[in-house]
Amino acid sequence: MNLEKVIFGFFIVLAATLNFGFFIGDIERPELHHVYELAAALIVSLIATVLKFGDRTQIGAIHLSTSLVADLQLIAAAITWAVAVHITGVGMTPEVTSSVVSLSGGALFANVVSVIILIVETVMLRR
Amino acid sequence: MVNSAFFLVLRRMRAPIIVLIVIYGISVIGLTLVPGVDAEGRPAPPLSIFHAFYFISYTATTIGFGEIPTAFSDAQRLWVTFCIYLTVVGWSYSVLTLIALLQDKGFQNTLTVNRFRRRIRRLKEPFYLICGCGETGNLICRTLDRLGHAFVVLEKDDMRVQELDLQDFKTDIPALAADARQPNILKLSGLQHAKCRAVLAVTNDEEANLAIAIAVRLLNPGIPVIARARTPSVAANMASFGTDHIINPFARFAEYLGLAVASPERFRLIEMLTGLPETPLPEPHRPPAGRWILCGYGRFGHLLATHLQPAGIDLTIIDPGCADCASPPTIRGHGTEAVTLQQAGIDRAAGIIAGSDDDVNNLSIAVTASELKPSLFVVTRQNHSVNNPLFAAYNADFTMIPGRIVAQECIAILTTPLLAAFLDLLRERDETWSGALVVRLQTLCDGRTPALWGIKLNIADAQGAYRALMQGQRIALGDILRDGTDRSQALPAATLLIRRDKELILLPPDDFLLAAGDELLLASSLAARRNLELTLHNPNELDYILTGSEVSGSWLWARFRQPGKSAGRVIEN
Repeated sequence: MNLEKVIFGFFIVLAATLNFGFFIGDIERPELHHVYELAAALIVSLIATVLKFGDRTQIGAIHLSTSLVADLQLIAAAITWAVAVHITGVGMTPEVTSSVVSLSGGALFANVVSVIILIVETVMLRR
Repeated sequence: MVNSAFFLVLRRMRAPIIVLIVIYGISVIGLTLVPGVDAEGRPAPPLSIFHAFYFISYTATTIGFGEIPTAFSDAQRLWVTFCIYLTVVGWSYSVLTLIALLQDKGFQNTLTVNRFRRRIRRLKEPFYLICGCGETGNLICRTLDRLGHAFVVLEKDDMRVQELDLQDFKTDIPALAADARQPNILKLSGLQHAKCRAVLAVTNDEEANLAIAIAVRLLNPGIPVIARARTPSVAANMASFGTDHIINPFARFAEYLGLAVASPERFRLIEMLTGLPETPLPEPHRPPAGRWILCGYGRFGHLLATHLQPAGIDLTIIDPGCADCASPPTIRGHGTEAVTLQQAGIDRAAGIIAGSDDDVNNLSIAVTASELKPSLFVVTRQNHSVNNPLFAAYNADFTMIPGRIVAQECIAILTTPLLAAFLDLLRERDETWSGALVVRLQTLCDGRTPALWGIKLNIADAQGAYRALMQGQRIALGDILRDGTDRSQALPAATLLIRRDKELILLPPDDFLLAAGDELLLASSLAARRNLELTLHNPNELDYILTGSEVSGSWLWARFRQPGKSAGRVIEN
């Protein structure tokens, strides 16, 4: 068992699960999508991205790009939330909530791809 | 591997960036949990995630706007105090890691290699790859630089590469401190580059030269490789896989010394032709025949013996350890003491060769010998160029400097391919012919060695002349050897050889008619070379040289001057 592999897998799966936790639930209802879940998903996703730095293999490159996509989507969701709540002051209306959740849904897709790559990589492993 | 430096940075910065993200996460989430206070002192809800992130961002980067949007409660201040120390640690860790990375030897090496690779890839003009920049390599570099050729240097020793930067070269030379024995280093230095002309393996290490020679033969068989070899076994090994030129300085010097005894005029001619361009003319060497003493009977000594005995020299050998040399009379010792020299019969000897591999011993032998017999012809072997002042002060009749011999031969082979053919023809000529040519060459470059160079009358090298010849113009050799600034003056240059297809014309006369595609071997000063190259390349210059008319070559001007032009034709005919 390799500690590096454990941490790597842990963060990738955790990023996907947190993202899923935020995403699940009726898309229009703000009480089902807590902002702390979004924050946790963003932080873990950033850490997962950094863990993928510096791998020169083809799989490593795909890993990094999917993570970057997830980060981009989550940051967009966070900015949408901040604009709605603090700048325009409209608050979490059904429109805002659905756009934040759908952005995080895009990130969830990227995270799922990440997890699939992780599984494929593990299956291919011959040692 | 192109952006390996970038990947290295990413890899090293993983831990600090993760630490920063975690610290930011803890601080921001913590700040959103601590209750605040409003202007009247009543408890207020904590900061939202957005405000907390904003606050931590400017606090962590030590910008510090104060407590925004409202003044903090004491609970918030307690948490923020903790956060400040936490984030400072995080940022310091990141910055220190980055600085350590920039100072890292391996990282800097990656950057240097990347920069070197980029420069090689961008090279547009033909270049030589020089492996090894010791005494020999450096001499080759300086000469090639003066002749205006591009080259790339590979040298194992980092110090020598740095010294190259300090030397006064006309162009900035791509140089890399790396082991040329590794094929990937050779490839990186442009071995397979389309513009690579030749590879010179002139390191101090026999095995390295061998490795370079075979790597070139396998990785780029189309280009010539010139290698230095000291031992016959390595030379034979190199020859076995077709190394183009193998230079053994000892064998070459022994051959020259033998030639200098047997036919001094021809030797003098060869010395002038293979000398480095525009260096002071070597003093004429006239070693006498007769009895000679040879101190040091190693590789160099053996080679000398094989070349000198046919030239009519009886050798007496002085060597400290001597097992296999029964044939020539041998005396044990170094030759540095008067006793040994007298034993060897110095009073009857005509010359002495101080040929050991120790410079100090060689000088000691030379000084002792010339004190015992001032009329003696002294040949010294100089192993290191640091001892230049000592050898110059002693001023032997003939000094052998291995590095210089290798450098001269490399330059001669590289810059003038026709020279080898000329030297072959030279063998069949007698001493008076050589003597006459020496006198002629001496006047060309006032007291300096003339530069030897070749030019082919083709579209690339001599456009003007090629076009004129293809149009059927009759141009004699004497017509083009005129000064381009004043055509009444003859250009101080001598044509040694012309190659037309397979035919070789030795010392062609002035009325020799040129043809397109002729290859010329000329001897002149470097200035005269530039002069003639311009004449042959530029049609207007060539026109001036041939007819004396200064036309601009523009079509409009030619129309205006129609009558004048026909007058020009008359002069020409």
